[in-house]
Amino acid sequence: MIRLLWAALGGVLFGFGLALSGMARPEVVLSFLQLRDFGLLLVMASSLLVLMLVFWLAPRLRRTSLLGEPFSMEVKPFHRGLIPGAVIFGVGWGLSGVCPGAGLASLGLGNWPMLLAIAAMLLGAWIHGVRVEGRRSLR
Amino acid sequence: MAQLQAAEVARLFPTGIALFLEGGLVMGLGLALIYLTLGVKAGASSFLSSILTYITPLQAERHSREWRLAMVIGMVLGAWLCGMWRGGFFQTAVAPWRLLLGGLLVGYGSRLSSGCTSGHGLMGMASFSRASLQAVLVFMGVAILTAQLVWHLGVRP
Repeated sequence: MIRLLWAALGGVLFGFGLALSGMARPEVVLSFLQLRDFGLLLVMASSLLVLMLVFWLAPRLRRTSLLGEPFSMEVKPFHRGLIPGAVIFGVGWGLSGVCPGAGLASLGLGNWPMLLAIAAMLLGAWIHGVRVEGRRSLR
Repeated sequence: MAQLQAAEVARLFPTGIALFLEGGLVMGLGLALIYLTLGVKAGASSFLSSILTYITPLQAERHSREWRLAMVIGMVLGAWLCGMWRGGFFQTAVAPWRLLLGGLLVGYGSRLSSGCTSGHGLMGMASFSRASLQAVLVFMGVAILTAQLVWHLGVRP
């Protein structure tokens, strides 16, 4: 239960930041992809600064997380689907200005049309899941 | 000299830089808080897989579905709080067909690539993953090309 509360609290900050930075608005993301406003790069840079510091420092200062769990040392590896997936993701992102985190958060700003994109994202993830996990998952 | 630089900045960032930097900082703090407490690097696209385990027989990310759902509920709440604090409620003018087709490709592509703008773009890059850096360069390049093409075909916004 306490884990869920911390996850929710972290989510509150993440969603607040997505709204504050404008990233929850597809129009703002598109203005970057159309090369009219480079603000998205500033959002990434300031987030990355915090995360690099915490990912580097936390495991050196403590053996476990504040809830006593092991710190993930995951470094995403290369795999066969990485680049094809990135290409497909890029076409969808460029077409709509929507990505999963920003899309979900934008519901909090009353952006109901986003439900269409979220339903479609779930369908896309489902198609991928069925391809990976096989026919068993269709039953 | 200072005026020239200010003009350059204004050209690259016509809506200013403060909200981008502040918003990004708060985003980073939220994801950092989840790392400091749960110990996990939480990208957003894994949520798609984990929520599917509630409604389909799929199993990927089932183990993390409770906290991921809590995180997303928090994200919606956080965006709402920001809206209550300083406004910004909106409904997107992006056409429904773009949301549907774009969403489908984003959902499939992020799972095939095992990461999205937060999973590769923030978590992966902050972990100095070369694979994530490659994924980000590819999807950002492709997205810019796609957005340019769509814009020049006269589709707005």
